[in-house]
Amino acid sequence: MTKIGLKAGARKKRRLYFLLTSIAVLGLAALLVLSALEDSIRLFYDPTEIVEKNIGPGQNFRLGGLVEEESFESREVAGILINHFVVTDGNESVAVTYEGLLPDLFREGQGVVAEGSMNEDGVFVASEVLAKHDETYMPKEVVDSLKKRGEWQRKAAETHPQDKAL
Amino acid sequence: MIAELGHYFLVLALGLAVIQAIFPMIGAARGSARMMMLGQPAAYGQFFFSLLAFLALTYSYLISDFSVAVIARNSHSLKPLLYKISGVWGNHEGSLLFWVMFLALFGAMVAYFGRGLPKSLRARVLSVQAMVGVGFYLFMLITSNPFGRLADVPFEGNGLNPLLQDPGLVFHPPFLYLGYVGLSVVFSFAIAALIEGRVDPAWARWVRPWTLLAWVFLTIGIVLGSWWAYYELGWGGWWAWDPVENASFMPWLVATALLHSAIVVEKRDTLKSWTILLAIIAFSFSLLGTFIVRSGIITSVHAFATDPERGLYILVFLALVIGGSLLLFAIRSDKLQAGGLFAPISRESGLMINNLFLSVAAAVVLYGTMHPLLSDAFFGVKSSVGAPFFNLVFSLLMIPLVVTMVYGPHLKWKRADIKGVNQRLMAATGIALLAALMTFYVTYGGAIMPAIWIGIGVWLLLSSLQELASRIKLFQAPFKDSMSRLRRQPRSSWGMTLGHFGFAVGLLGIVGTSAWTIEAQKVMGLGEDMTIGDYRLTLKDVIPVAGPNYTAVRGIISVSPKNAEKTGESFMAYPETRTYVSSPITTTEGDVKTTMAGDLFIVIGESQGQGRWGIRAYYKPMQVWFWIGTIIVVLGGLISLSDRRYRIGTPQRQKASRKVKHAP
Repeated sequence: MTKIGLKAGARKKRRLYFLLTSIAVLGLAALLVLSALEDSIRLFYDPTEIVEKNIGPGQNFRLGGLVEEESFESREVAGILINHFVVTDGNESVAVTYEGLLPDLFREGQGVVAEGSMNEDGVFVASEVLAKHDETYMPKEVVDSLKKRGEWQRKAAETHPQDKAL
Repeated sequence: MIAELGHYFLVLALGLAVIQAIFPMIGAARGSARMMMLGQPAAYGQFFFSLLAFLALTYSYLISDFSVAVIARNSHSLKPLLYKISGVWGNHEGSLLFWVMFLALFGAMVAYFGRGLPKSLRARVLSVQAMVGVGFYLFMLITSNPFGRLADVPFEGNGLNPLLQDPGLVFHPPFLYLGYVGLSVVFSFAIAALIEGRVDPAWARWVRPWTLLAWVFLTIGIVLGSWWAYYELGWGGWWAWDPVENASFMPWLVATALLHSAIVVEKRDTLKSWTILLAIIAFSFSLLGTFIVRSGIITSVHAFATDPERGLYILVFLALVIGGSLLLFAIRSDKLQAGGLFAPISRESGLMINNLFLSVAAAVVLYGTMHPLLSDAFFGVKSSVGAPFFNLVFSLLMIPLVVTMVYGPHLKWKRADIKGVNQRLMAATGIALLAALMTFYVTYGGAIMPAIWIGIGVWLLLSSLQELASRIKLFQAPFKDSMSRLRRQPRSSWGMTLGHFGFAVGLLGIVGTSAWTIEAQKVMGLGEDMTIGDYRLTLKDVIPVAGPNYTAVRGIISVSPKNAEKTGESFMAYPETRTYVSSPITTTEGDVKTTMAGDLFIVIGESQGQGRWGIRAYYKPMQVWFWIGTIIVVLGGLISLSDRRYRIGTPQRQKASRKVKHAP
């Protein structure tokens, strides 16, 4: 066998090793990804979907919609703030409670995304209210949901009159 | 008038880009020097006009010309000067103009510094660079004209989102863009090499400074963004695995891999097609990153308005660039000759494993980022993939990578002796084990991963120092000799040492802050107090403050050690909540007290009525280590960039290949 032939054989072998390691690593990573995904995927529902799909207690998910006007109230118990408000998509609405300080961008009439689950009384207990900030001050899932429920066109006309000019 | 001029300049730049894309490429194929020569003046001219267009837009911002739609939507006459300027790139249209100006700048730099390149290679690089440019100019002119006028001119603009009015965010996008666009040069070099059918060590030397430059900018850009998130958003975090953060992290991971694989091409003339592929993928991620932010296809804190026309253009453009270059790669990559052989345990293998894990990491981030999009498109399920996913996968995936970082630099090219390296690393390994055990002991009952990670971090820290020490024969040769060796170390190897050392420091910071952060919040009246970690916070007073375009409430909080008998110094903290004139929203300006041990981060919320205020506090152990680590890494990159052997445009093909023969 010539020297070049030897070299080519070694090269083939090396390529094979590399390929096998790559496949092994990719396979392991894929396994890892899939098992990790199971626990950390959060589904997103708007109030209408909660009613339609009859979401009960025990399932963690993200709720999004508009904070209903004049629905927000909070009281303080021993230094801890307990907040109540209603999230609506113009079609259905859900009562929410949250313990703790709300993010700055939380306002009545504005979009909100909260993570948590339903309790026995049909109230959404939020473990976290997401401090989303965004050029239009509106999370995208909420925009999509509102568009679907027909609430968006009304809102858009109020908040961004200039966009129409061009 | 100025806006129309800007628009006109943009069209001129497009025209020159078209010329630059077509003629040098034909010239290179036909061997026509005259056609190839057209590349340089076109590149200079294209940059000149895109710069003028950019200046025109900036001028319109400065004089608050609200007849320009973009400015009316994003600016405000009361905004401080700095934010009027940064407003230029704080929105979709302006940021595209900014992007394309940098693209043209880098093209002009290739034209200028690339005088030592073979004529045909330079012509092709310039042509590819211009093709990408044409795509951007058309995108802007067709769907996102920054100079569009309004029929009804408003008296006042909408204002820039107050959250974006922060020095961190003035400089975050430019650096990120420089990084993204810098990778375009590497991409152009890769495509040109595929067309030429030739990749050799000299090619790697030409590409290396561009990769490094892009990588340094990308690193700075990403860190500035996370620094801004940390100080401005007031939720005490600095990385949330948000799609937009991921979008900048993916090209960073691939660019890091590229940086390392290009070394193998240069020193050993092998891994060529892999390196070309990485260059293509890195820039594809840059484009994807740019458009993920700009298109709003993925929910993100940064999402900009969605527009179906833009989305379609983006999709077509991405398909053309990425699909086209991958197709070219598939057709031409077998023209590249395979190079030298190496043993399973060698520097080459180390770098290859590094590449493998970095690429897999990038793939994982891509999957996690796209998953919500895919599940929505295919199953109609709206979902999000949270930080726990990325944290878990990364904390496991990074272990083999960092172990490779510990060993790799100690390994010799071609064939290395692992026993010798183990012996050399004995002390470092011992100390690292000790550190892990101590961490485990101190945090007993908590999670075990942080202890392992602290051990690995310490191991890498010591190993990178050890590698420098053995290179200068510290304690093996007379001290004077070692010092003179230290002075003679090439800057590129300083780059490696600092890069790895800084990475270790930053890694320790990441472990500390993500494993042991504590959070406390309380609604308090004046004179009341709360505790967090070892601190006691007392609300002394709350006063109103007026800023240039906002009003604020400022808390005056005294911080003292929790245990009264412990005599530690107490200090004051002044967190603020700002309400902006132009927008109906408020922002928090937390007060951060930084020590090497950890950051105490205090935020004051809104009034809860009856003279009571919500106070939030975080204690983030070792947070500052992360910032220091990234500064060291960037410093390493800059020093390496200043290495004379690799200066942009310096190396010659003959000289370079002769040197390689003697390379160790």
